[in-house]
Amino acid sequence: MTLSTSSNFNKPDDAFRAIVEAHRGLSDLESADLDAALVLILANHVGDIDVLRDAIALAKRRMMEAHQQQTAASGLQK
Amino acid sequence: MVQANPAETTSRAKVQFGYRRHPDQERPEPTEHPVVVVGAGPVGLSFAIDLAQRGHAVVLLDDADRIGEGSRAICFSKRALEYWDRLGVGDRMVAKGVVWNVGRIFHGPSELYQFNLLPEPGHKRPAFINLQQFYAEAYLVDRVDELSAISLRWRNKVTALEQRNDRVLLTIETPDGPYRLSAQYVIACDGARSTLRQMVGADFSGKVFEDQFLIADVKMAADFPTERWFWFDPPFHAGRSALLHRQPDDVWRIDLQLSRYADPNVEKQPDNVRPRIARMLGHDQFEFEWISLYKFQCRRMERFIHGRVIFAGDAAHQVSPFGARGANSGLEDAENLAWKLDRVLRGSSPAALLETYDLERSAAADENIRESTRATDFMAPNSHQEARLRKVVLALAKETEFAKRMVNGGRLSVPSVYATPLSTADAENWQSGPCPGTSMLDAPLQDRDGRPLFLTDAFAAQGKRFTLLSFENGAVPDVPDEVGMIRIDRERGLADAEGLAHLRYGAEPGTSYLLRPDGYVAARFRHPTRAAIEAAMARAAGLN
Repeated sequence: MTLSTSSNFNKPDDAFRAIVEAHRGLSDLESADLDAALVLILANHVGDIDVLRDAIALAKRRMMEAHQQQTAASGLQK
Repeated sequence: MVQANPAETTSRAKVQFGYRRHPDQERPEPTEHPVVVVGAGPVGLSFAIDLAQRGHAVVLLDDADRIGEGSRAICFSKRALEYWDRLGVGDRMVAKGVVWNVGRIFHGPSELYQFNLLPEPGHKRPAFINLQQFYAEAYLVDRVDELSAISLRWRNKVTALEQRNDRVLLTIETPDGPYRLSAQYVIACDGARSTLRQMVGADFSGKVFEDQFLIADVKMAADFPTERWFWFDPPFHAGRSALLHRQPDDVWRIDLQLSRYADPNVEKQPDNVRPRIARMLGHDQFEFEWISLYKFQCRRMERFIHGRVIFAGDAAHQVSPFGARGANSGLEDAENLAWKLDRVLRGSSPAALLETYDLERSAAADENIRESTRATDFMAPNSHQEARLRKVVLALAKETEFAKRMVNGGRLSVPSVYATPLSTADAENWQSGPCPGTSMLDAPLQDRDGRPLFLTDAFAAQGKRFTLLSFENGAVPDVPDEVGMIRIDRERGLADAEGLAHLRYGAEPGTSYLLRPDGYVAARFRHPTRAAIEAAMARAAGLN
């Protein structure tokens, strides 16, 4: 199996909202704990190490690129 | 397994041996020997016995004159016991050791889960015994003493090594001064701080874990069951891990994780250790047998073979202790190397066969390092996020099966699977049974008089050579002379009364397994022919 990045929810806004609401009222540390638990629960549900690795690679690539853009932007402001 | 500063270790010598001058020391020229083994620990002793039983003269050197620096290794695996059965010491080890199959993992005050490492009956040996390393060494030394082919020399310290094309020259320091020996092969079993490794100039690189662990063997009367108990964040040792494990003689192994900032000179003091253990046990009715403070390391040599010097055990690779992969993997090294070196010394296999020792046992070392690194990282997370993931796994483990199985308090040693050129790939369809490159499985059998024995007994009785395990259909397979035979045949061989041998080997009438001398499956056949057996045998012996 390969990682699916097409839209899988009928109502994607509902899914995003459900995650947002789960974090409402939590401190950053509590939110981080919640995310960690969610990642493990969902990773197990997927149950496919190749899909998990693809997902990690995608997440990491986007995070890094976003981080670099942010760093470059803050450099321009100086 | 572990490395400690000797000054941080309190210990009692259990057995003292005398230095004895050997006639080799009188000779002006180095005496020629086929094999010199350096290091009389469990690996060197077992290797020497194995090679001697195969008919070779062995010189075994050790720089000390005693064994018993604390308990050190305590868990010996089923595979190690099966090896020791073939070396003639298994019964003694098991009689003295405490047998265990069950482990429990606790988080805080409550039990998370338990596991049984050998849930099925019909095996001669349990998943593990616990036995202080000094007992294992003492029994092996007794066995060595029965074998005239082994010359065991205490207080013989190798101080120089010179590799020639066809031999190795060793300079050895003794209480009577130095002498020299010449060997076709030198087997270095001289432990984690191997001096031979330094002499060949080999790297020993890997990972050092910063967290410190306090290991204490305490003597006490207690009625805990004979199980491996592991705690994350126990009430008596908040925020860290703890291990409790029974040994013979009312001795208990206790392992407490300490901070990476703990001061070893303070923590090792018995007066400071005592209250920690008392909190764990709820009383202070115990005596210390051994206390040590460690930082664990996982590292290996890049190559286990340097010319005619071959490294085995902790000298070649070192792991953290969680998983009992130190001594057990060293014994698997010995077992893997002994039959190959035997064939090379006899000239029945080319020296290139030894390269498969490096290949097979390197892969095993990588697996052991990976497993023990994962366990140690789980116990001592490297970052806040690693600590968070662990916290979440432990929290989820209370109600989910998947998270229970992610909790890592040590994955215990099982025989490695070899992806090796010595295996012959399956040509037929197999739904079950051990595939080529895996260790043989035990099963209960009966001889023709109805007496029970195990398949591992029958294998040992074949004299540690290549052996065909044949589930017969009336016809007797035609095998080369040098191949032993175990016939599962009620009329003419051994009876599989319970059907477990058939079940475990996925056997049908005619099924045959070619077993290597170390009990690994080399090839298997639904309908063996002489030509197919010969081809598989040649491949497994490194002849093609």
